[in-house]
Amino acid sequence: MNHIQQMNRRTFVVSAAAVGGGLMFGMDIPLGPQVVRAADGSPEVNAWVVIRPDDTVVIRMARSEMGQGTITGLAQLVAEELECDWSKVTTEYPTPGQSVARKRVWGDMSTGGSRGIRNSHEYVRKGGAAARMMLVQAAANEWKVPASECTASNSVITHSPSGRTTTFGKVAEAAAKLEPPAEIKLKDPKDWKIAGKPLQRLDTADKINGKMIYGIDVKLPGMLNAAIKDCPVFGGKVKSLDTAKVAGMPGVKKVVQVGDTAVAVIGDTWWQAKSALDALPIVWDEGPNVKVSSATIAEALKTGLDAEQAFIGNQNGDAKAAIASAAKKVEAVYSYPYQNHAAMEPLNATALYTADKCEVWCGTQNGEAAFAAVLAASGLPANKCDVHKQMLGGGFGRRGAFHDYVSQAVLIAKQMPGTPVKLLWSREEDMVHGRYHPVTQCKLVGAFDKDNNLTALHARISGQSILTAVRLEALENGKDPATFQGFAPAGEAMIGYSFPNLLVDHAMHNPPVPPGFWRGVNINHNAIYLECFMDELAHAAGQDPLEFRRKLMTKHPKHLGVLNAVAERVGWGKPAPQGVFRGLAQHMGYGSYVAAVAEISVEGGNKIKIHRIVGATDPGFAVNPAQIDRQVAGSFVYGLSALFYGECTVKDGAIEQTNFDTYDSLRIANMPKVESIVMPTGGTPWGGVGEPTICVAAPAVLNAFFAATGKRIRSVPLKNLNIAFA
Amino acid sequence: MARLTINGKAQDIDVDPNTPLLWALREQVGLTGTKYGCGIAQCGACTVHIDGVAVRSCSLPVSDAVGKQITTIEGLAQNGILHRVQKAWLEGDVPQCGYCQSGMIMAVAALLKEKPKPTDADINDAITNICRCGTFQQVRAAIHAAAANA
Repeated sequence: MNHIQQMNRRTFVVSAAAVGGGLMFGMDIPLGPQVVRAADGSPEVNAWVVIRPDDTVVIRMARSEMGQGTITGLAQLVAEELECDWSKVTTEYPTPGQSVARKRVWGDMSTGGSRGIRNSHEYVRKGGAAARMMLVQAAANEWKVPASECTASNSVITHSPSGRTTTFGKVAEAAAKLEPPAEIKLKDPKDWKIAGKPLQRLDTADKINGKMIYGIDVKLPGMLNAAIKDCPVFGGKVKSLDTAKVAGMPGVKKVVQVGDTAVAVIGDTWWQAKSALDALPIVWDEGPNVKVSSATIAEALKTGLDAEQAFIGNQNGDAKAAIASAAKKVEAVYSYPYQNHAAMEPLNATALYTADKCEVWCGTQNGEAAFAAVLAASGLPANKCDVHKQMLGGGFGRRGAFHDYVSQAVLIAKQMPGTPVKLLWSREEDMVHGRYHPVTQCKLVGAFDKDNNLTALHARISGQSILTAVRLEALENGKDPATFQGFAPAGEAMIGYSFPNLLVDHAMHNPPVPPGFWRGVNINHNAIYLECFMDELAHAAGQDPLEFRRKLMTKHPKHLGVLNAVAERVGWGKPAPQGVFRGLAQHMGYGSYVAAVAEISVEGGNKIKIHRIVGATDPGFAVNPAQIDRQVAGSFVYGLSALFYGECTVKDGAIEQTNFDTYDSLRIANMPKVESIVMPTGGTPWGGVGEPTICVAAPAVLNAFFAATGKRIRSVPLKNLNIAFA
Repeated sequence: MARLTINGKAQDIDVDPNTPLLWALREQVGLTGTKYGCGIAQCGACTVHIDGVAVRSCSLPVSDAVGKQITTIEGLAQNGILHRVQKAWLEGDVPQCGYCQSGMIMAVAALLKEKPKPTDADINDAITNICRCGTFQQVRAAIHAAAANA
């Protein structure tokens, strides 16, 4: 990396943005005899593909693996175009430092918003295809025949007229010296042999024997361990601490302040550091938010439900006028709480700082954002920093836009120059310093004419904006477009109904509890608001919930397609088994269309048994249907956990729930039988699959609960209503 | 100092006997396959076997493990042959992020020792580990597959 330009953080960010629109598809190969080599000396055919002499294919990945199978799917796409032997494929992450040094040859590293595959499939496929063309050309050159007479398959190149063959490994060195092709034609997905197939993941073997290294498992020579406590009250600071009280405790090396708000103990082991931290007297300046509570937040949001001023996210016709002149009105207010990501692996990062270098080892959903955090916290230029990405023990959004844990690790390591320090948050720290699923309320009004036709819908969302907290530049004249996810008139989270008159608007209220992207995030509550209220409207109109929806969906064939698929699978309209009741929901998010039908029974009015959930997904293209099935099943778990248990309450300016005893998560006993229907219908752009299904879990169950009991539930989690799993 | 028998090997470990076994395994012994998830025996990511029984090692002091057989995920395979639960996990492609899976596999291996052909109800009672990725459907199928493979 000795050719890296000197860069400070500002120029990194600027230049990253500047090249972001013009990715080079991993083909920045220096011309002439100089070959770019992987660490083991094997030649890079291009930035995406390294081929070792033994024919092992190393596929480089910019996105992160955090459980969704993204890396396997991306490797399938590269391998498909490369025409390599799938059994010889392995993957590795280039570091953000390497990527920046090569003009971001690997493109965006951000792995969130279900973007891992859908936003990079084209250029990784082109990377694979370009490498194949260069390998074939190298073989043709050696044989002195036209490349057009040669084909590649299963890592073997064949000259058809003569029958001569060679392998990728034998020609990789020569291929790496060739100029990349100017024109690349990708396969028609109908010809796919590796992509599109339900292949097994590439990373399973090390996940069943304890070998997989997550950030928490990183070990470096001479490494110390740090435990941290940030002021539990949002906006508070450290006032004073009595380090003498713990200085003599076993293993304690140093007590340090981290920024204005946090204190860390550095010890030989983490357990020693944590034990000392627990014993350390810290006095906090709790700051201006100490009187904030869930009740004060709810009161503030409530005022937004009828506020004059609101940002408009979607409208047609004149919904207010139609409501004013309605023969019948239906009105309801819903709400959704703060929720924590609660990834199984608590946040952590290991940092090594010296006067002229800073390296970090961590799980991150966005290597470049972690890198930017290292630059900012270390004060060192880009060519003196790097981030080594580790497997993530879950991300769900927490390790994407926020690298507070990385910044802290660097700030701690700066106080121990030359010694690597691993910072690990306790579960308690992880719970009280989340970047929470935002809190909102929603008032919905539907209007009917005298013939019982729906004439208007007004949905007023009141509450928190994520983008205002984390990405101000994405606001549109103050409006947060993400708050309308699933209500939008167009795009990747488009509403699936046409109403004669529609108004969806947002009164923004931003309490001092930091919000963040969360698995699914805005579609999770918006789908409850819209899909449960659609059920209310159907009921008010005396119509079947499916038929009522269908009439409004004639211009939304893909939304309707998934809804019809789940309805057909369960036999909607035919009687359910004795005591079983059905509810349905459909929504669009992250470019995919999803729908669900839940079949439940209810004992004693408050014990729910979910017999089955059928979920349908139309992601456009299905790169690995088996992994999509797993994402659908897993998304139902995440969505049902949120529905039954998920709530972070605020008291005295701090989050009250500190561990899984008060912030529960679904266990196997309550896992419903999930039937997944993967039904790609083509088109562009592709949809993602890591998140969308979460949003239909709750409304499908809540609508089934109404069918079973006649009771509407408009706030979650269910534990607050004394409703539990049977 | 504590003398522990881990995966069949007795070793002296320089650790305060009040330290949770989880941290002794991870930090003193260097066996990081056993994971920290909650520290209060709620999530099961730290599950190991003590004399063949599934135990949440985050809440067990080292002193309570002295003189007992401790098995971690690293010691589950025997002579390079995967345990049938691991095999079922591999064939069923069960893990997603994988972080909770060491504990899940250890809990399941202990269950199958006690109940070689567990019913769904047995599984529901015995396996209470948290998996935030939501692998439970694959976990249940793999448990039955492992049981059928006995």
